[in-house]
Amino acid sequence: MSRRARDERRLAWLLCAPAVITMLVVTAYPTVYALWLSLFRYDLRFPGQRRFIGLDNYFSVLGSEAWWQALSNTLLITAGSVIFELVLGFAFALVMHRALVGRRIVRTALLVPYGIITVVAAMSWRFAFDPTTGFVNALLGLQGDWLATRGSAFFVILLTEIWKTTPFMALLLLAGLTLVPGDLLRAARVDGASGPQRFFRITLPLMRPVIVVALLFRTLDAFRIFDTVFVLTRGAQGTESVSIVGYDTLITRLNLGLGSAVSVLIFFCVLAIAAAYVRGLGIDLSRRMEP
Amino acid sequence: MSRSKPTAAAILLCAVLGAVPGCSGRAPEIPRLRWYAFDEPSGAFEQAARRCADASQGRYRIELAPLPTSADQQREQLVRRLSAGDPDIDIIGMDVIWTAEFAAAGWVLPWDGTAADQARAGRLASAIESASYRQGLWAAPFTTNTQLLWYRTDRVARPPATWNEMIEMAERLGESGTIQAQGERYEGLTVFFVSLLASAGGTVLAPDSRSVSLADTPTRRALDVMRALARSPAADPALPTAREDQARLAFEAGDSSFMINYTYVWPSAQANAPAVARHMGWARWPAVIAGQPSRVTLGGINLGVSAHSRHPALAFEAANCIAAEPNQRLAATRGGLPPTIAALYDDAQIRQTFPFADLLRETLRDAVQRPQTPFYADVSLAISHTLHPMRDIDPIGDSTRLREAVRRALQSEGLL
Repeated sequence: MSRRARDERRLAWLLCAPAVITMLVVTAYPTVYALWLSLFRYDLRFPGQRRFIGLDNYFSVLGSEAWWQALSNTLLITAGSVIFELVLGFAFALVMHRALVGRRIVRTALLVPYGIITVVAAMSWRFAFDPTTGFVNALLGLQGDWLATRGSAFFVILLTEIWKTTPFMALLLLAGLTLVPGDLLRAARVDGASGPQRFFRITLPLMRPVIVVALLFRTLDAFRIFDTVFVLTRGAQGTESVSIVGYDTLITRLNLGLGSAVSVLIFFCVLAIAAAYVRGLGIDLSRRMEP
Repeated sequence: MSRSKPTAAAILLCAVLGAVPGCSGRAPEIPRLRWYAFDEPSGAFEQAARRCADASQGRYRIELAPLPTSADQQREQLVRRLSAGDPDIDIIGMDVIWTAEFAAAGWVLPWDGTAADQARAGRLASAIESASYRQGLWAAPFTTNTQLLWYRTDRVARPPATWNEMIEMAERLGESGTIQAQGERYEGLTVFFVSLLASAGGTVLAPDSRSVSLADTPTRRALDVMRALARSPAADPALPTAREDQARLAFEAGDSSFMINYTYVWPSAQANAPAVARHMGWARWPAVIAGQPSRVTLGGINLGVSAHSRHPALAFEAANCIAAEPNQRLAATRGGLPPTIAALYDDAQIRQTFPFADLLRETLRDAVQRPQTPFYADVSLAISHTLHPMRDIDPIGDSTRLREAVRRALQSEGLL
């Protein structure tokens, strides 16, 4: 390696260093600390009684019905919201892409929900569905309480999630749509390909990397769902998500060991999801997204 | 601290004037006591803090640090600061359910000697008990609270004496017979269960506070009432998501005839629903067993002194001043918070604020404490998680499940 190349490499490291150090301090340290805490029986109220118990916290969590129930709820919410968001997001992206008049207004309007804080959005939906003060029952001529039964509570949670994050999906997909070369589509049209054929044979395959990235982002995000459920049901009616279980254990019960074990397990679930996407769909995230 | 540092101009002035008093360094600073309490909307706490600071003649001043309204969120914020040894906290407005936890964790200082005598003087026995843990006093009883039965005098001739009677009466009234209660999965459901259990003659914990009691007969009786209420056509369909405020709003809408709720609903109805308020009667919380008066859960705020306070002696003194009679009167008349000083219930001004003062004092005398254990948060979570939704309660199976859940909560074991 020439001297110049060595110097450049050293400069590159120096330029990266602040970012790397920041990440280590704010991300790696808490992660490793949580891993460490999860090996102890440790109650914030009685720090003096802390003792090492190995993997007992993990056995306790994995052996409890509450964890598996919460995990299946979370997977249900994740799958439900991500599928709807992908379909709706695609529709929105096409509308934003094709809009001939008022393109800016259309794009802005579709992005508004994403700009609203989740807690605020969840509160608004909670009030809307409230049987005493809400407008939904009045509008539909219904009497019941939406958040009082499991099925309808899931419906409201999914609706809130979808309403809130579809714009995010649409935005990522819109970026992907702009990568599809217009010439290619025009050539296909000249060759006599129909609209659906052009969409499924050209647009979709070219957008595959973008779709996978969008799905990956949203799946990881949806799996960690907390605020929507916390505001709407607080986990009642069998809608508990894994993050709510972690919150109850760590923040309410102050059981640092058990709560950290829950957090670490959530972390591993997220890792597994990411690995599944990258492996299963064969996408190299570091490759440039080129058509 | 930067505020008290002399500015450059002042230093210059001092240098010119030489040995003038006040220039020889910092003026003695008045110790500032920080009082962490929920953000009381009427300003009664603020005024009490000012009064006490004035009365101290410059020995201390009190600064309020407002906390969220929900007790869960207050605790969340306090616990983090207390466990980290934050010296910013001097006086804590403690919900009655935190006494055992804060005391056992060593986050608050015990009250002894004259300060304790002063804090106990003339206070209701149940309020003193709520501030006590293992024979010691850990806070000064300040305000208290409990639930009453509110009913519509235009539809109900005589208030029901028992839960079964009330459910029957409400069902006979049909459409407008609805009973409002707290059925969401949160602290309010635990409160409801504890009141029913105590009224049926049971307790959650054994007298040593370390093991589960939940005797079979009273537990089953309490669960029977919960299930009967939730399955009755007289229950609001929104019962599984109702907190105190949803119940209040629904009652103020006029279609309900009964409500279990705290005293704040009285001024609220007068301000927001005068037509309903005109026909609003009150009675003792219904009994579970006929002829055996109900025992209702106690609420309220006591004043503790943080173990990490920089001025503990002053904090004890200030807490006693805030909890003294004039300020309890202020909190009652302005903020609607019932006093812990028994004699105040005979006071004309208080009786005007609480026309039900005698009933309130009587209920408070028989009130029941929520389980006094450092693991209260765990126990409450176990209770509300096991018993929600009330319509699905199976009195026999769930009394066993409840006992197991509370046992594990006391050991801080496993997920709940």
